[in-house]
Amino acid sequence: MTTRDWLLSDDPETRMQARLGVAYRLARDLARNPLAMVGFAIILGLLLVAAFAPWLAPYSPVEGELANRLQPPSWTHWMGTDELGRDILSRVIHGARITLTIVLLVAVISAPLGLLVGTVAGYFGGWVDRVLMGLTDIFLSLPRLVLALAFVAALGPGIENAVIAIAIAAWPVYARIARAEVLTFKGAEFLDAIRMQGASKLRIIALHVMPLCMSSTIVRVTLDMAGIILTAAGLGFLGLGAQPPLPEWGAMISRGRSFILDQWWVATMPGFAIVIVSLGFCLFGDGLRDVLDPKQRSRG
Amino acid sequence: MTRALPAFQFLLTLAVTFLGLLAITFVIGRVVPIDPVVAVVGDRASMETYNATKEAMGLDDPLLVQFARYVVQVVQGDLGMSVSTGRPVAEDLARVFPATFEMATLGILIGVVIGVPMGVIAAARQGRWIDQVIRVIGLAGYAIPAFWLGLIGLVVFYANLRWVGGPGRIDFFLDGMVPVRTGLLLVDSAIDGNWEAFASAFSHIVLPSFILGFFALAYIARMTRSFMLEQLGQEFITTARVKGVPERLILWRHAFRPIRVQLITVIGLSYAGLLEGSVMIETVFSWPGIGNYLTTALLNADMNAVLGATLVIGAVFVGINKGSDALYRVLDPRART
Repeated sequence: MTTRDWLLSDDPETRMQARLGVAYRLARDLARNPLAMVGFAIILGLLLVAAFAPWLAPYSPVEGELANRLQPPSWTHWMGTDELGRDILSRVIHGARITLTIVLLVAVISAPLGLLVGTVAGYFGGWVDRVLMGLTDIFLSLPRLVLALAFVAALGPGIENAVIAIAIAAWPVYARIARAEVLTFKGAEFLDAIRMQGASKLRIIALHVMPLCMSSTIVRVTLDMAGIILTAAGLGFLGLGAQPPLPEWGAMISRGRSFILDQWWVATMPGFAIVIVSLGFCLFGDGLRDVLDPKQRSRG
Repeated sequence: MTRALPAFQFLLTLAVTFLGLLAITFVIGRVVPIDPVVAVVGDRASMETYNATKEAMGLDDPLLVQFARYVVQVVQGDLGMSVSTGRPVAEDLARVFPATFEMATLGILIGVVIGVPMGVIAAARQGRWIDQVIRVIGLAGYAIPAFWLGLIGLVVFYANLRWVGGPGRIDFFLDGMVPVRTGLLLVDSAIDGNWEAFASAFSHIVLPSFILGFFALAYIARMTRSFMLEQLGQEFITTARVKGVPERLILWRHAFRPIRVQLITVIGLSYAGLLEGSVMIETVFSWPGIGNYLTTALLNADMNAVLGATLVIGAVFVGINKGSDALYRVLDPRART
């Protein structure tokens, strides 16, 4: 029996075998979608660049030579240098760490929060549902970027506060999705069975309801990553996100603005990094949705 | 009764949403790490002065009372004074809002006029190259930062090609030459018959509006395409084709008609989104609108102005969203329950 047969077995012997089998099937379906693989490659690239930034970057991201300021792209400085003579490529490479940190933190805060609110609302129903979803709807009907801006204004600029502000604006979508998902299987017999075994409500929600909402939430989070990156870069651009000398991409574009007419590369290069990474999450998210959530599959 | 109830429910949810918006700006105003009393009396004031001022400012009252007072103030149009401009925030906002409205409206017009036909064509030519092009544009709308596109637009179309005017609403030597009637420069200069000012204002608004319009059209084209594909797969289309109805008529008369109502919601959503997107675009183009006002206030830690601008943008956003939702319910018999 090959590993493949073992993975695709119709009657797995252990729970682990079943799970690995599901994962294998998903990976196989994803691999058939070329655009999703392009997105996957971009995300993998981002992870690798962020992990090995100090080794990949040819120069220091914070120290520059003033003699070399505002040099156009060349063989020694592939993306040119900025107004302090710092190598832009090195800064973009180190910036990958900041972008990745922001995206991961926002996802880690907002997805579980949304999942919790949505599953609790959906499972309990009644007034709990009405109150929680009313709250969700209010947040959902407000402009996310402006909300994040106002929160940052109150909390003060900086990466941590930018993360909190974006997460506060991001969770309602996940709550809506999770609730909708819960409603589709709320009356299912397996839940009655668990209840009759005496499981507590907390246990049912945490161990039996939430896992079933995971896939649609993961899809949505991946699709939202591009938006989160753009919002974070926007906050950086306005001077409210990462503070200098941190090489955050949005802040770098903002610094390059003053030289945009004569030294176009200073503001342009970090922008390409943002576009490529956002595109990667969009493409991968689209692919994931097609595999995990066939109901939502986009036609054509 | 059956007719009045949905209208009542609609107004109720609208009121609750606005109240929620007010609650959020109220909370934001409270979590600011600046002590409003110290800001007034200074940090050397005695404890008695501090307490007396605190009481006079109403900060001793329960939070709920303070919130109620805040709601009443806002409803009366009092958003407090701006620290940086020294004028009432409400007055400032009324002055800057038309600039944003003008730009966003032109943007949504561009988005609809180009985006809808693009979506229809993409659906009609599903899978062909034109469909792929439109797909790429749609993706670009999700992945490109608006402020970056704005900067590139300035470099290419203003600095290099000289096709459009630069930052600002009008050339500086024409600034203030047009009497303010509506606050919309294109309208005001046309009423005034000042065509030089009109041309200048137009050359300044074209680029930011097109960039906003690009993001609107990316979304509108995508949604139009998917609505059209849904219609084109229906049996009545097949029937029409079998009857020999020309393809053009099938597209625009049979398939497009039923989706017009759905498109209203999409257009409403993207219009509201543009108001938000204008915050970034206005910063790039030094456009004296509400977004620029908000970001300037942010950098000056002018909290009254920040909260006032957030409130107005939020209220317009909510208004457009709920309004297009209501319009959809009225126009589409199937959505009536």
